[in-house]
Amino acid sequence: MRQERNNIFAGIDWLLVLLYIILVGFGWLNIYAASSTDESREVFTFSSQYGKQLIFIGLSVPVIILILFFNSKFYEQFSSVFYILSLVLLAGVLVLGKKINGATSWYNFGGIGLQPSEFSKAFTALALAKLMSDRQYNLKLFKNQIKAFIVIFLPAFFITLQPDMGSVLIYFAFFFVLNREGLTLAYILFGVISIVLFLLTIYFGAKWILIICLSILTLGILYGYYKNKRFIRFNAIKIISLYLFTSVFVFGIGYTYDNILEPHQKDRFDILLGKTTDLKNKGYNTYQSELTISSGGFLGKGFLQGDRTQGKFVPEQETDYIYSTVGEEWGFAGSSLVIILFILLLYRIIYLAETHTNKFGRIYGYGIASIIFFHVIVNIGMVIGLLPTIGIPLPFFSYGGSSLWGFTILLFIFIRLDAHKKYDW
Amino acid sequence: MKRSFLLIFLISLVGIIYIGRLFQLQIIRGGNQNPIQGSTVKIEYDYPERGYIYDRNGKLLVANQLSYDVMIIPKEVEPLDTLEFCNLLKITKEDLKKRFKKAEKYARWLPSKFLKQLAKEDFAYLQEKLPKYKGFYIQKRIIRNYPIKSAANVVGFIAEVNEQKAKTNDYYEQGELIGKLGVEKQYENALRGIKGKKIFKRNNLNKITGSFKNGEYDTLAVAGQDLTLTIDTELQQYGELLMRGKRGGIVALEPKTGEILALVTAPSYDPNLLVGRKRSPNSVKLFEDNITKPTFDRALKAQYAPGSPFKIINGLIGLEENVIDENFGVKCYRGYRYGNRKSAFMGCHCDIVGRPIRLKTAISKSCNSYFATTYRKIIDKYENSTIGANKWSEHAKSFGLGNYLGYDLPEGQKGRIPNGEYYNKVYPKFRWGATHTISNAIGQGEVETTPIQLANMTAAIANRGYFYTPHIIKEIDHKPISDSTYTTKRNTTINPKHFSVAIDAMHEVFKTGTAKWFQMKDIDMCGKTGTVENFIRVDGVKKQLEDHSIFIAFAPKEDPKIAMAIFVENGGYGSTIAAPITSLMIEKYLTGKTKRKHIEERMINLSLQKEYDKLIQKKDTLETGTK
Repeated sequence: MRQERNNIFAGIDWLLVLLYIILVGFGWLNIYAASSTDESREVFTFSSQYGKQLIFIGLSVPVIILILFFNSKFYEQFSSVFYILSLVLLAGVLVLGKKINGATSWYNFGGIGLQPSEFSKAFTALALAKLMSDRQYNLKLFKNQIKAFIVIFLPAFFITLQPDMGSVLIYFAFFFVLNREGLTLAYILFGVISIVLFLLTIYFGAKWILIICLSILTLGILYGYYKNKRFIRFNAIKIISLYLFTSVFVFGIGYTYDNILEPHQKDRFDILLGKTTDLKNKGYNTYQSELTISSGGFLGKGFLQGDRTQGKFVPEQETDYIYSTVGEEWGFAGSSLVIILFILLLYRIIYLAETHTNKFGRIYGYGIASIIFFHVIVNIGMVIGLLPTIGIPLPFFSYGGSSLWGFTILLFIFIRLDAHKKYDW
Repeated sequence: MKRSFLLIFLISLVGIIYIGRLFQLQIIRGGNQNPIQGSTVKIEYDYPERGYIYDRNGKLLVANQLSYDVMIIPKEVEPLDTLEFCNLLKITKEDLKKRFKKAEKYARWLPSKFLKQLAKEDFAYLQEKLPKYKGFYIQKRIIRNYPIKSAANVVGFIAEVNEQKAKTNDYYEQGELIGKLGVEKQYENALRGIKGKKIFKRNNLNKITGSFKNGEYDTLAVAGQDLTLTIDTELQQYGELLMRGKRGGIVALEPKTGEILALVTAPSYDPNLLVGRKRSPNSVKLFEDNITKPTFDRALKAQYAPGSPFKIINGLIGLEENVIDENFGVKCYRGYRYGNRKSAFMGCHCDIVGRPIRLKTAISKSCNSYFATTYRKIIDKYENSTIGANKWSEHAKSFGLGNYLGYDLPEGQKGRIPNGEYYNKVYPKFRWGATHTISNAIGQGEVETTPIQLANMTAAIANRGYFYTPHIIKEIDHKPISDSTYTTKRNTTINPKHFSVAIDAMHEVFKTGTAKWFQMKDIDMCGKTGTVENFIRVDGVKKQLEDHSIFIAFAPKEDPKIAMAIFVENGGYGSTIAAPITSLMIEKYLTGKTKRKHIEERMINLSLQKEYDKLIQKKDTLETGTK
């Protein structure tokens, strides 16, 4: 114990730190490529985005040291405080925040913007870990499930009001944590089936999907009846509610899509599903980003040689579309490497989390792995044209102080908890 | 660890899917990508001057001229004194606003045409004044110029390439010019040359940031090639003059080479109408005129029954198939009965009653009975009429009839020479014979030809059994053509020895027959008149209209230098309009002048407009009658 107090770096997982440094460093090189021009390659100009990002990276060093300075018990004990603080910040931004691109997500302190939703993820993970690490806590109880849902979706609710649907989506990642801790898989399965049904309904129209679903359902019931003559009699209520639910759900999607979704949200789905091919306007980002990535070839065009990047063809290339820069300048080799780096990072976090004897550390580790995973899926999936346009940053890569610090805090709290585990006896 | 399996599995799965997608994008798609397409470049083109077009005597038909457009880049336009500016460009204020909006709608930062093709006198003035208006400048363009106001159908025209073509073709870009009709279209590649390319890197604001890969992909322009056509401008213009007030087509060929000497369609238009500022209203007028159809090339595309001239072919086939000989005689009793029903009778105007008529007389007097007899003999020679009709059809097709001739102009019609299979489809259960198709004997019925096919047929007769594929091109880049399509002799299936009697008979037409009024002492002309009945169907009722007038001819008899076919819509008997025009054109071509001023004058001034007006009225009244 004493030894650990003297050295804040004792026991920390250097592999995670190394992965962090590589991702952040490589990310900055790409931000530099995407935001500098032939006329201005000066590295230390802080008016430019790559210059600012350099400051953000520099400032994350004291943040890291501060995080590592505290004892791991500190995070466990003060998790509720952090959580409530982040809720207050999320609520406050709705009143005091600045509206940018139709969403009130930013605090503005004399020209410096701060996005509370980037920080609330880490604190929600802490709060969830605190709640579920209680010895009395059993996820099989419905009451406890509801508690967990409240902790997860309260911040999500405030973010919905901003509105920033991309960030809200991330909170669904916590279902992996719940599942890990004993929540039945039915919730995730239900979610996946809903998403598949949703996309199919948009694509083929409610009528056909309903006919197909009900046919499959009927076939299943007939099979049950064939196996056991009393099947229908025993399950009558379940069967009726299943029919009703399916019909209402599919029609509900059709109605939502036609009447509730905003036109620009509809367009995103339509473009992804290939229903419209308007390459010049709504699908422009995705079209440009795909072209940019595919022009990279195997080894890429080389650092600062990507003419589509240098020509600023992909909008928001330093932030949400940073991965397209990797694709063009570093090619298949570079962009696959980034994916492999993320996979290594996630594997390592999960591995370390599983070796935790302390439930709190394990749940927190699992939570952040899920969050990073979701961010990576949604962001890269959008950039390579596999998912609809949802604006969330690529962890450690994308330009932006809030995002970088948010993920730094997220990761280094875990590193701190992990460093402590051998003293947790 | 077991419970973490789901997340680990999903992470691995997504990793594999995403790397797979990257492989698809970067290796598969990226590998096939054109390096220029995958980059952001601006391509600047250097357009070579389009080739000139000359006639066979070196007379200039199509040349180039400079044209000046006022261009606009809406983003750069600064507030200006509209009144002064409107006066300068000679446009109204509303027009100015409209044009500005249009340019803005197209693209704010890209140049677009503000005012097309300035008059030359305006240009000099504007060049001085315009620089003071930001966002406007003058661009030089090369457009076509036609020193001779004729042969519009032959030379065609150029216009902006259509959107579809610009997208699918890898040479043309939006807004570039392309040959649209006639020689301009057919020989587009030779005329246009190849544009040069300079490729620049640019950014998303369209700003050029340097040369792309140090000019590795840049190319130099290749100049367009001049063309020399086979057209004789004098003859062409004379033909157009004679066809004034009439509708129809004339084709004149040089039998020894297949060169097209004249290709007249009437009514026609001045090719200069499709150049310059008035281009678009004029083209609407010309292309949407459904009554006179000035852009419809009747010489190539008017497809009608050939009428009596086709009898010569039937006679020749009869000789070749050995079902008749020169001395074979047929007695005609003012017509030919081919069945027991009262209607099964084909009338005849040969006026030789009860005496045997031989082939030569039959052709020169155009005896229907004789050819009906011959046709029956040909079809019935074989075990069934399908084989007979096929044999007959093959012979006729060897004269270049019944299919595209293969000439070097982009428009045409196949015409029709039916064969056995054709009739087997029309008549169920193969129940047909020579009598069902007897109209073919006199060039009516199912047989259809175009004027250029008839002219080619005449050339084949004049040559006694062969022809060269008609063509309009004589030299490319001042070097004679070597395309084997136009230099290979094509033989008919008829033995050359059989042609003498046909040629003698055609000579007789000018001596004593239907064209005797138009013979000349010093030129031995050979010809054959034709009169084609034509019907229109209104409300399902067949109405007969004034006959079409047809004439084929060649001269001189022994050493043919010109072979012609002419067709005049609703021109009445072949001998009233078609024959004299042909005779005059032959004289003009062979002697360079015309002596018979009275015929010439009568032909030039003869207008069939009244006849055509009747046609419209007839349709109108009948159409309104049904309502």
